Amino acid sequence: MENHFEAGIENLRQKLLVMASHAEKSVNEAVQSLMQRNHDLALRVKADDDVIDKYEVEIDEMAIHLLTKAPLASNLRLVTVAMKISQNLERIGDEATKIAKRSRDLAQEPPVKINLDLPRMANLALAMVKDALDSFVQKDSVAARAIIPRDKEVDALNKQIHQQLAQHMMENPDTIARCLNWIVAAKSLERIADHAKNIAEEVVYLCEAQDIRHSH
Amino acid sequence: MAELFMPKLNVPEGKNSEHTALIEFADLSLYYGASKALKNISLTLGEKVVTAFIGPSGCGKSTLLRCLNRMNDLIDNVRIEGACKIGGHDIYAKDVDVIELRKRVGMVFQKSNPFPKSIYENVAYGLRLHGVKNKSELDGIVEKSLRSSALWEEVKDRLHTSALGLSGGQQQRLCIARAIAIKPEIILMDEPASALDPIATARIEDLILDLKKEFTIVIVTHNMQQAARISDQTAFFYIGELVEFGATSKIFTNPSQKRTEDYVSGRFG
Repeated sequence: MENHFEAGIENLRQKLLVMASHAEKSVNEAVQSLMQRNHDLALRVKADDDVIDKYEVEIDEMAIHLLTKAPLASNLRLVTVAMKISQNLERIGDEATKIAKRSRDLAQEPPVKINLDLPRMANLALAMVKDALDSFVQKDSVAARAIIPRDKEVDALNKQIHQQLAQHMMENPDTIARCLNWIVAAKSLERIADHAKNIAEEVVYLCEAQDIRHSH
Repeated sequence: MAELFMPKLNVPEGKNSEHTALIEFADLSLYYGASKALKNISLTLGEKVVTAFIGPSGCGKSTLLRCLNRMNDLIDNVRIEGACKIGGHDIYAKDVDVIELRKRVGMVFQKSNPFPKSIYENVAYGLRLHGVKNKSELDGIVEKSLRSSALWEEVKDRLHTSALGLSGGQQQRLCIARAIAIKPEIILMDEPASALDPIATARIEDLILDLKKEFTIVIVTHNMQQAARISDQTAFFYIGELVEFGATSKIFTNPSQKRTEDYVSGRFG
């Protein structure tokens, strides 16, 4: 005899994982398009965003359907967490799209001659997204908790890049438009790291039934 | 009676079911003496789907369920107006053989009611009544029915012990096995899990979802979440009236009627 309710829960989990893989791919491609000045890759990120949006709607529908069936305990947490994680993934997709848009604009202009720690920031943000999703798959709250303090490192890098670019704009006013694009791209990476942190917090709630938001 | 279940009606667009119709109540009213317990019910139910009847006590949902196998015939002073059709034929027509109807429309009750016989004999009972005598045929159908009701593995080594020794949940699944042994087209269930613990309830619910591949199921339940978990379509009744009927997902997330909203959200009933 099939356990139909558990099958529904598993379908939701699987759908979320597919959505997560799309979001992770989008961020990867957006960062690559920015670093490599790759216009085609940037265009692909926009198309992927529509797919991610569709997943968000589908996951919400599945979750609402499951909620009418009165899931309890870990099943209840999984359904509510799935809705929140999918919202964060959708926003990660939006930020990837913003980066891709800035990368398209930057690719059409000469490069700005400035050494930014943006590749490191991108790697940190990407690793946070990947690790947050891994912690969800593994139901590993220890790993999820370890992700949270890493957000501060990304915030600090964003602040540093912002200051460097502000300085550069004052000294080279002809690069203002391009520098602003870099500022927006860095800010999007910082937001992606925020969403990864949010996902990690949801994984802690899923595993431990403990709400650790706003406590660090 | 031979043709009673032959034709399958396609529900016209705009009617209240998206599935192929099997059951149709057409302006059906039922009176207990002078009291009108069901008020002009018109409702079409799909084939091989699970339909839940919900509503507060006394709303008429069990009475309507019992119309489908003419159990109400056993009550004095009951009078029916309108039609109740299965496969397009009125089951209250004069030429209908009620025994044959009840063979086609099985029923499982709130309280499990196994006969004081062995597990095997409980399932074989209806088959023997309908003339099946061949032992290997009986053995085959008993096993298939017990497998279909997810009971076989638990009872295969004690088929000839008393059914009364089974747990409540097992007894209820035995009653389902007994009902499906005679290959009904429709299974009626009147609060089949209300006396069971959550684990036994979950097994019955999973069983219902498995059974709908073969059978059309109509279930009366007071448990809203149970209706949400197992049914494809839900009908809400209030004081003998059909208030709303539709896809279960819609009834439980966006009902059209305020009374439905109030009931499913626990504001009354």
